[in-house]
Amino acid sequence: MRVGLFVTCLVDGMFPNVGEATVALLERLGHEVDVPLAQTCCGQMHINTGYAREALPLLRRHVAAFAGYDAVVAPSASCVGSVRHQYVGVAQGAGDAALAQAAAELAGRTYELSEFLVDVCELTDVGASFPHRVTYHPTCHSLRMLRLGDAPLRLLRAVRGIDLVELEPAAAASCCGFGGTFALKNADTSTAMLADKMRDVLATRAEVVTSADSSCLMHIGGGLSRLRTGVRAVHLAEILAGTASDPAGEPVAGAAAGSVSGGPR
Amino acid sequence: MTTAFLGMPLPTAPRGVGMLRGDEPFPQAARRALGDAQLRRNLGKATGTIRARRAAVVGELGDDWERLREAGAAIKDDVLANLDRYLLQLEEQVSARSGTVHWARDANEANRIVLDLVRATGATEVVKVKSMATQEIGLNEALAEAGIAAWETDLAELIVQLGHDRPSHILVPAIHRNRAEIREIFLREMGAPGNGGGVPAPPDLSDDPRELAMAARRHLRDRFLRARVAISGANFAVAETGTLAVVESEGNGRMCLTLPDTLITVMGLEKIVPTWRDLEVFLQLLPRSSTGERMNPYTSLWTGVTDGDGPREFHLVLLDNGRTATLADPAGRAALRCIRCSACLNVCPVYERAGGHAYGSVYPGPIGAVLSPQLTGVADNPTLPYASTLCGACLEVCPVAIDIPSMLVHLRTKVVDAGRRGARPPKPEAMVMAAAGWAMAKPGRWRRALRAARLGRLLGRRRGVIRHAPPPLAAWTSARDLPLPPTEPFRDRWSRTRGHQQGSGS
Repeated sequence: MRVGLFVTCLVDGMFPNVGEATVALLERLGHEVDVPLAQTCCGQMHINTGYAREALPLLRRHVAAFAGYDAVVAPSASCVGSVRHQYVGVAQGAGDAALAQAAAELAGRTYELSEFLVDVCELTDVGASFPHRVTYHPTCHSLRMLRLGDAPLRLLRAVRGIDLVELEPAAAASCCGFGGTFALKNADTSTAMLADKMRDVLATRAEVVTSADSSCLMHIGGGLSRLRTGVRAVHLAEILAGTASDPAGEPVAGAAAGSVSGGPR
Repeated sequence: MTTAFLGMPLPTAPRGVGMLRGDEPFPQAARRALGDAQLRRNLGKATGTIRARRAAVVGELGDDWERLREAGAAIKDDVLANLDRYLLQLEEQVSARSGTVHWARDANEANRIVLDLVRATGATEVVKVKSMATQEIGLNEALAEAGIAAWETDLAELIVQLGHDRPSHILVPAIHRNRAEIREIFLREMGAPGNGGGVPAPPDLSDDPRELAMAARRHLRDRFLRARVAISGANFAVAETGTLAVVESEGNGRMCLTLPDTLITVMGLEKIVPTWRDLEVFLQLLPRSSTGERMNPYTSLWTGVTDGDGPREFHLVLLDNGRTATLADPAGRAALRCIRCSACLNVCPVYERAGGHAYGSVYPGPIGAVLSPQLTGVADNPTLPYASTLCGACLEVCPVAIDIPSMLVHLRTKVVDAGRRGARPPKPEAMVMAAAGWAMAKPGRWRRALRAARLGRLLGRRRGVIRHAPPPLAAWTSARDLPLPPTEPFRDRWSRTRGHQQGSGS
């Protein structure tokens, strides 16, 4: 299958290791992966902050950049959620029927990584190895927007050597407080939510917290780093890309930071 | 309703009356609430309990629950699409059964109508059934100004009133108070001189819930037996027969609705259901969603006036107060489906931390964040649509399936678009967004922007993470470290290592 990697602007600019891990994983599973460099940002930040007008050219760019791929895969539930659940509405709001149609077509073949692996490729064991104690935070958009269910957990359970400790159901379902520009506009409330999420993560005594979104991980990991908890935030793609012979790399600094990866060399 | 779509701005809820606007922006109000450890504990405990109760009684219905939600949403959408017809049908039916219908364009009109009606009876006090609509229009305050005392009879509403406080939850207005605080309020206020000769609390009152309830019962019994006028809201109005419905748990509503000579009901004009069969759907949806009960203890239904039974005079005040304006927005009107169950408050992570007062409106939580700005116009409540992480928990539990997250995004767009008009120079946020949009518009610019971001590495060159970033990211690093930008963005690395492949883009 010819897969276009929807790398997302955050991974492109801040977490290139997550992009590389996604490519490594998909190639290891036999997919032909391409990265259309015409992509920039899907426009979600603009849409969710109320700047639909500024988002519109980004939507057009994104839809055009991913024309022609069998599948478009992103290491982010949130960005996929925007393409799938917001694009058509924004295009219609701007009176662009052709864009709305193209967006609907793109939405049908755009997948979040774990969804692509479990639902499309029908895989749960991707041959990964990650010998660490890990807890999984289901991000709101993977849980309630994309309804990924337990797809990420099924992938994690099949990882060699992993010691997976799940959050309590009520704690897992609770938002971490990131919310895009909410983290800046309502920093105090965001931090109060983060405090509870960190408490729940620490209660599992995991060394690593993982999830399907780098954005929420940057928030949770940033808090864990500030408190010097030693708990690292690692994206799901990095865990799944790690193998016994090529383990997922240690971040150079901080909980969520890092510019080296366990991806392809 | 026939004139609703002419492109003219429709009147919103007027300023200076009622309780739909806060004194300060949400982030500031929330900050103060977050510093109150007692409040956070009370809220966390209360919302957690009620959340679990709701989940249990909704879960036992299995797939039927989804069917009920769909039915509830469809019935309300039909009501909203044909409101002109249903309202006239309701008026006709209420009038045919010796009730009187009054139309109130806004809070001021509604208050004036009620005040005139109370004055006509000669009464100087009224008893009240818990009602969101009368809180919305500030009726108690309007009556007090005219020298008429309005006694709240719902237990939680009584606690709020005695505490000279404001409600912070739709269903449990005193959710921010714990037992010890309630005991203090009862002891101090029930028999206070300013409390209209109210029966005081027993001096040995403990904070046992049963004792507190008994003290309230004695205090209120006196009020019920004395009252000649009652004021209520309505949960539903059945258009086909002109029947009004109030659902409650304590029986205080039943006392108000049956004992006094005169009953005045103030109702938002969207509260209609077409038929009794439709009512069946909502009497299942509402208690399970709000109190987490299969059925609420008291459901009172009344149709006009009946000789020798209940009030001899019945007035129904139909309140607009920004509802027609809300109805005119296709992307916002579903907020009028709301049946005030408060399930969205109980699951909202923002409400759970910030509490109801931070929203500044009688409608707090997620539904308040979409309803208040529409009733007042977004210019008067510009921070409420941003008081959410868009986590989607509210949509999941809403018994009439209001897509609150999408509506919040829609209202944010309205806030931004309103800000574009006349903002010279543009707000800093608008400039940041415009700059980001410009950089993201072309891959070449985007690549240069990402490379320039490497300069950010200087901010964390000693610690390996950024502890203090300049604005607008300073709000981020107030509580969170920021990772260093990578030495090489993903796209540069891809071009360098896979440059031979296609996909270099434009």
